[in-house]
Amino acid sequence: MLANLRRLLQHRELIRTLVAREVKARYRGSVLGFFWSFANPLLLLLVYTFVFSVILPGFRGGELEPYALFLFCGLLPWTWFSSSLLESSNVLIANGNLLKKVMFPAEILPIVTVLSNMVHFLLGLPVLGAFLAWYALDGRLPGPLQAVELVWLPAVILVQLLLTLGCALLLSALTVHFRDIRDLLGNLLTLWFFATPIIYPMALVPAGGKPIMDLNPFAHLAISYQEILFYNGPFGHWKWLLALAAASLALAVIGYSVFDRLRDTFAEEV
Amino acid sequence: MSAAVELDGVAKEYRRYGPGRRAGTLKSALLGGRLRDLAPREILRAVDDVSLRIPSGAAFGIVGRNGSGKSTLLKLMAGITRPTAGSVKVHGRVSALIELGAGFHPEISGRENVFINGVMLGLTRREIARRFEEIVEFAEMEDFIDAPVRTYSSGMYMRLGFAVAVHVDADVLLVDEVLAVGDERFSLKCLDKFAEYKRRGKTTVLVTHGLDMVERFCDEALWLDAGKVRTSGDPRRVLHAYRGDVETEEEHELAARDEKARQAVDAESDAAADREEPADPPAPAEAAPAEAQAAEPPEAPDEAPPGDEPEDMFKAAAGRWGDGPVRIDDVRLEGESGPAHLFQSGAGLAIRMRVTAPEEVTDFVFGISIFNAAGVCCYGTNTDIERYRPVALSGTGEVVFVIDSLDLVEGTYKLDVAAHRRDGAQYDYHRLLYTFRVKSQTRDAGIYRPAHSWTFTPNIRFEEPES
Repeated sequence: MLANLRRLLQHRELIRTLVAREVKARYRGSVLGFFWSFANPLLLLLVYTFVFSVILPGFRGGELEPYALFLFCGLLPWTWFSSSLLESSNVLIANGNLLKKVMFPAEILPIVTVLSNMVHFLLGLPVLGAFLAWYALDGRLPGPLQAVELVWLPAVILVQLLLTLGCALLLSALTVHFRDIRDLLGNLLTLWFFATPIIYPMALVPAGGKPIMDLNPFAHLAISYQEILFYNGPFGHWKWLLALAAASLALAVIGYSVFDRLRDTFAEEV
Repeated sequence: MSAAVELDGVAKEYRRYGPGRRAGTLKSALLGGRLRDLAPREILRAVDDVSLRIPSGAAFGIVGRNGSGKSTLLKLMAGITRPTAGSVKVHGRVSALIELGAGFHPEISGRENVFINGVMLGLTRREIARRFEEIVEFAEMEDFIDAPVRTYSSGMYMRLGFAVAVHVDADVLLVDEVLAVGDERFSLKCLDKFAEYKRRGKTTVLVTHGLDMVERFCDEALWLDAGKVRTSGDPRRVLHAYRGDVETEEEHELAARDEKARQAVDAESDAAADREEPADPPAPAEAAPAEAQAAEPPEAPDEAPPGDEPEDMFKAAAGRWGDGPVRIDDVRLEGESGPAHLFQSGAGLAIRMRVTAPEEVTDFVFGISIFNAAGVCCYGTNTDIERYRPVALSGTGEVVFVIDSLDLVEGTYKLDVAAHRRDGAQYDYHRLLYTFRVKSQTRDAGIYRPAHSWTFTPNIRFEEPES
């Protein structure tokens, strides 16, 4: 495993190049081009805001003002997570000719998928920052922005990266053998989205549901983002975040081992 | 000399699964019940116990039939697949020309793709930048390099892929049948590139069906047959053995095909004979070559029409017609050393027909015609045209038609043989039922090769032609 990691490190230029390719290729040919990286989360946000302010105004809790900002804190990381998983479940099959015809460490493909989605996430952060600044200047934030909390943000992102990588490696390797996963996954992610406090706050979850929520790794990520960026007061969720970090690391190791075990079968199965 | 590539007892197995596996994969795996379905149905040994050593700086050719494991062997050397058993050692940087332009992204420009492809093949961006001009020039893509790859023609795509791969400057270049990129001129350029590699002491491993190329270019050759090494060493010797084997197999194949055609037609004509006693149809013209112009290409003999005789024999599909007092029971092709279906151009060919007439017949003609694959009659004659006046035929006898020198160009030919009355009414007509192949060292064109020679005045000089 260590030798494999070292080889991966040798391929960092390839990873970098491929991530750049993915990011560039995504919006190539469209009029707005790169701007879509900002426009996409913005439009998504508008849709959700419209739904929960006009169609279902009674749905959200009273303290969630401004709601758009609250939503954005959970939605942006979720998009990174779910797109990465959906794409990586297909990435080995879609790039079969690379695996069959070029000497190429296969794990690069899911890693590139996760990283290029992370680039989109990072590009979305300034939009979030702009919203934050807008509401802060307007004095409409629930409390004064505490800059010291922002120190936690990179840690949360790192934990999410680990979690996403672990899931992506596992999924991409298994899908080669069980293609049904691709179809199953889309629905599973929809369920997961609504089972995570993204469009509603954790406070609305009934007491009986809380232990279940605690088992949802993305719930802790969403809560962390919300506590750091939206809510006022100290970042109280850090213990959960550390636990999640350990779990994510374990998952990444397991995912990589499974991937490594199945590696030799890819070229024959895709 | 040190070895660039060393294979020791290498085997590669592929598993083939039963049809049930694809259908219920996840279900059966989750339920854990019918794990039997997941077990491979059959194990295919694509490469079987291959050991070889390619010295550094050599050009090494691998030949063999389709499915003999050549490409798998190359993939093992490239490290794309791992061997099931044995060890593969390759010293130095490898560039595999197996799939050209693998990983080109259609949406981005050729320029960016060259960089990505280069990094994939193990170059750094700086190395690529240094060679960029050369790559583009080699691929002849100066005008299109900034257009997205999806707008490229397949030839442009392959040329650019090839250009990147050969500029990797590998120590070991693995080439899998990729010389069919672009026109004649580009192919020559590729060959020059290989020659340059060789001059610079790099190792080249070539998998190809182009035997001439192996003969010209390689220092050593290996013949792979069903995953095993049949023989290796001096290219001339290896290729001679390989060609001989291919010819033997072709011979068997042609013989089997003829046999099948004959059986099908026999069954057909027996059935037709049982149905009715055909009246004498209007006689087709005598089998003279001039009428062959518009002949259709021969079709599969299985589609032989029923007993009715066609209007024009030369346009008919394969089959057998006629119900006369003379039967042709057996037709055999012979070369200089016994029955054959494969002949060198210029060699001798004998057509032996066994004919039977239960009662004495006094009006009979024997004829043969040779057709090429396009259905053109190359030659046709009969005993009547050549002024043999029939006197009597009874019982079983043999008619032998001998061609001293079969001066046809390379190709596959089919044969008509017939026995008929002098007015043309058929006794027994075998249409396109016999196949033979002509091989030639010379790639000349046309149908017929007249005996010829070239002479030049002393001021026109050539090198001695290779034999």
